[in-house]
Amino acid sequence: MATQDTARNSVPRRRIDFQELVAIATGGAVGSLARVGLSQALLTSPGEWPWATFAVNIAGALMLGYFVTRLQERLPVSTLRRPLLATGLCGAFTTFSTVQIELLKMADRNDYALAAAYLAVTVVCGYIAVFASSALVRRVRALT
Amino acid sequence: MRSAKSLHPDRTWRPFGWDDVVSTPGWIAVAVLGSVGSIARFLVDRSVSRHTAARFPLGTLAVNASGALLLGLLTGLALSGEALVLAGSATLGSYTTFSTWMLETHKLGEDGQLAAGAANVLVSMTLGIGAALLGRAIGGAL
Repeated sequence: MATQDTARNSVPRRRIDFQELVAIATGGAVGSLARVGLSQALLTSPGEWPWATFAVNIAGALMLGYFVTRLQERLPVSTLRRPLLATGLCGAFTTFSTVQIELLKMADRNDYALAAAYLAVTVVCGYIAVFASSALVRRVRALT
Repeated sequence: MRSAKSLHPDRTWRPFGWDDVVSTPGWIAVAVLGSVGSIARFLVDRSVSRHTAARFPLGTLAVNASGALLLGLLTGLALSGEALVLAGSATLGSYTTFSTWMLETHKLGEDGQLAAGAANVLVSMTLGIGAALLGRAIGGAL
């Protein structure tokens, strides 16, 4: 796993591990339920800021930065925590495709300002979320 | 989703209005399809990454662009209600990912590959919107 981070493309082949798939599926089920649940509870119309999608994406980016940085410091590296929490949970909790459809619907209404703001704010906040959570983990690690 | 909205046109915050659209077996399907989407993402990402020498995160790009194309297709086919929630939000929502895209962009930035990081943001956005538009056009024509 550690080698996959630093040089994932130089790892020629790793056999698919059944336990790893189960971990991804479990995290994916929970992430999917949480995201769809929130999106159903917090329905927004195309003219509004898509709060549900925005919230899951920023929260999921925060969580992923935290998990990945935390898991890097564990030796021996837990082999199933990363597929469960990172690939499964955070991967499924956040979404890219829904954002694109929301942007198209905003553009359909000629709401280009909202679409541009939504895209820019999502990307900037998502980046800051990963940056902040991983920096915080490292700061805490340096103190302890 | 749209039909549920029209039941309460004056309310956007509907904490207990879920079962309007998604039935109890539907929620089980949300979990199962979320697993399927996640495993598909893992397998596509890993097979694309393995066949490319570049350090650029092409696996996630392939996942997100293909997922946006398919969700555009479902939108073009005018799928609605529970079917859209299951095929769109649950399956394709879980298949595509925002957090990994941001994590990989952050990693490129940390490695000093600022141009690659910026390209990862711009190419994903452009291909994502283009793929969704294309998918919707194909779905509308079918």
